[in-house]
Amino acid sequence: MSNRDSAPSGTTRRRGASTDVEPRPNESHARKIGPGFLVKLVLVALVDALGVYGVFAASAVGHWGIVAFLVVALVVVNVVYFSRRMIPAKYLVPGLLFLLVYQLFVMLYTGYVSFTNYGDGHNSTKEDAIEAILLQNDRRVEDSPSLPLVVVRDGDALGFAVIEEDGDVAVGTAEQPLEVVDDAVVEDDTIVEVPGYDVLSFAQVVEVQREITDLRVPLSDDPNEGALRTQNGSVGFISRSFYVYDEAADTMTNTDTGAVYRPNDEGNFVNDEGQELTPGWRVAVGLDNYSAMFTDSRISGSFFQVVAWTFAFAGLSVLTTFGVGLFFAIVFNDPRIRGRKVYRSLLILPYAFPGFLAALVWRGMLNERFGFINEVLLGGASVPWLSDEWLARFSVLFVNTWLGFPYMFLICTGALQSIPGDVIESARMDGAGPLRIFRSMTLPLLLVSTAPLLISTFAFNFNNFTLIYMLTGGGPNFPDAPIPVGATDILISMVYSIAFEGGSRDYGLASAMSIMIFIVVGFISYLGFRRTRTLEEI
Amino acid sequence: MASQAYDQPKLRGKRWWREVGWRHIVGIVAIAYCILPLLYVLSASLNPGGSLTGSNQLFRTVAAGNYTELADTNFGQWALNSLVIATVTALGTVLMGAAAAYAFSRFRFTGRRITLTGLLLVQMFPQVLTFVAIFLLLLSLGEVFPILGLNSRLALIAVYLGGALGVNTFLMYGFFNTVPKELDEAAKIDGASHAQIFFTIILRLVAPILAVVGLLSFITAYGEFVIARVVLQSQDNFTLAVGLYQWASDERNAPWGLFAAAAVLAAIPIIALFLFLQRFIVSGLTSGAVKG
Repeated sequence: MSNRDSAPSGTTRRRGASTDVEPRPNESHARKIGPGFLVKLVLVALVDALGVYGVFAASAVGHWGIVAFLVVALVVVNVVYFSRRMIPAKYLVPGLLFLLVYQLFVMLYTGYVSFTNYGDGHNSTKEDAIEAILLQNDRRVEDSPSLPLVVVRDGDALGFAVIEEDGDVAVGTAEQPLEVVDDAVVEDDTIVEVPGYDVLSFAQVVEVQREITDLRVPLSDDPNEGALRTQNGSVGFISRSFYVYDEAADTMTNTDTGAVYRPNDEGNFVNDEGQELTPGWRVAVGLDNYSAMFTDSRISGSFFQVVAWTFAFAGLSVLTTFGVGLFFAIVFNDPRIRGRKVYRSLLILPYAFPGFLAALVWRGMLNERFGFINEVLLGGASVPWLSDEWLARFSVLFVNTWLGFPYMFLICTGALQSIPGDVIESARMDGAGPLRIFRSMTLPLLLVSTAPLLISTFAFNFNNFTLIYMLTGGGPNFPDAPIPVGATDILISMVYSIAFEGGSRDYGLASAMSIMIFIVVGFISYLGFRRTRTLEEI
Repeated sequence: MASQAYDQPKLRGKRWWREVGWRHIVGIVAIAYCILPLLYVLSASLNPGGSLTGSNQLFRTVAAGNYTELADTNFGQWALNSLVIATVTALGTVLMGAAAAYAFSRFRFTGRRITLTGLLLVQMFPQVLTFVAIFLLLLSLGEVFPILGLNSRLALIAVYLGGALGVNTFLMYGFFNTVPKELDEAAKIDGASHAQIFFTIILRLVAPILAVVGLLSFITAYGEFVIARVVLQSQDNFTLAVGLYQWASDERNAPWGLFAAAAVLAAIPIIALFLFLQRFIVSGLTSGAVKG
């Protein structure tokens, strides 16, 4: 239909195009300056501008990986779009760039993080950790003068402007060490104006009181020198850490006790008694995260339970949705039923209802004390649908059946229609009963065409985060697990707990578990893929 | 259907019950099972100030109070966010997917096979598994391009577009192959550039698959939860999925009536799209699409 509709317009277009083209053959269109070229020029110019900005911004904060990627990407984009060849690349580059960053890179990055101890307490580089230790363990230098100061703001960043002992005005923020400025306005020993910053009024200072008392403006790039602090927003003092970092020996020394802390393999400074300084930094820990899943008794107990439930959930989900869907498909496959269309449209409704909303609605209906199921359907019973271990598992499966059976109903209805009627008829002639026909004829034939879909359903439910998280939140939680993991948690929701919900975030362990899921899901997809391929060959 | 009536004598009485009638009983039970939650949420949405308990008597009161109250909440902002994010994602997905499918279908270049196989491989590993790495990536990206960092709607769209190629290219590629090559060749002889061929000829001929892919990716982005929850952090930026989760998950103080009204409104565009898409989905299901 669409072919016929658009063919004429294609023809007119061609005729129109042929008139404004020069008759020279083999001329490259990339060189012709027309509206298309201008659009391209503007778009590439925009991309270039953004990219160049990014290169500067990224080098300013020292993200060399981003700089390298941007440079390569810019070169590729410009070469591809201004060359006369590489036409396919012109169509592939935008999609591939996104794919590269947001799918391929994050996959590899997941792998990389899984070999580190990235997480709370090990968030950044060693330099950052040293700086943080020095800053967090500071106190007022005993003989330091009280300096008049005002709080200033540069965009979102708070800072201090201070009148130093020699009368100079210096300004700085948490990120930007103190620096003398020349053209600040001082009236009656108070700084009134600092170029490039807004001076906060008293009322404004009160608003951000806590941030101000926590703010430390480094005196210079060397964190050992100390920082400017204030208690009240008007008088500043110099505070210095009671730890000293010795760069040559790579040790931290506590100047009060004299204890020496040395870096260890796990990214912490440790003294001889085994006391650690926090924060630490990111280091590679090899296979520690992987082995922790299996051997660390605090994790492995719940891990194995979660693995078992993940497989059970995904498998049972396929069974229940397929079973219910197939049952209804067979029931409504009889052409003698009046109103089949109405039945079918109504049965598809759960499939059309957004999954996240369905899970939330069911969560309300299954509520133990106020839910519709207990209050109305069960006459005021208090069945702990979501808070008992096994009932919660049952509820998850039950709701997933509600969500998923229409899909199976649709494909089974389709598949049933494609089973040749004469085959079934001849079986009936041979004296097979309906059950026998179903078991030996219908079901096997049906499974041939639906097997790839069953496999992909299994893979989908293996990672059905939304349902689990919205319905039960993974609960009821195991009482003795150090991470908030519960009876209905599947692997992917356990990954989420470990990465974002526990008392301490452990990105390394979470990534290692993601990799485990990758392997399982990849294997399942491979099976499904092979299956489809072989089916196509038949 | 009509011919059936001539072929078979009309069934009556016991035989009708045994062969057809019971199917209606099953049908009624099935429908009750399917639509009870939907009726429940509709009724709760019409029960002003309703808590979880107050919503249990279906359609006891019918008033639009919850719907008008939604105006004072973040619901409008969330709905707008969801619509914008899903729409831009759908458009981007269609454009990028179509461009890639065009390249694979019409050009023979070195590295074609390996790119196709690579896409197939990448497709096996769902992007959602990488949400930890996505979070960490955006954490760093935000220091360079704040607009592509955490808590940015644009960043979320970019992440969704990252998954666009892997999933859809093959669907589109197959369809592009069904458009006869002779059309492009004729246009080329007439002097059309490859861009003219792509934008003015091919895209029109493959419009049906573009619509299906676009609508499916709209629905997927609209309902996506985990990546949105990881990326978006302030109330103003939430999508419906993240925002409504927050409303409904609070056991004691959940604004249940408000949630129900929001759920009804949020579901309507998706249900409408589904009913519209139904016949495409049924045929598309066999090519491997899964509810997401």
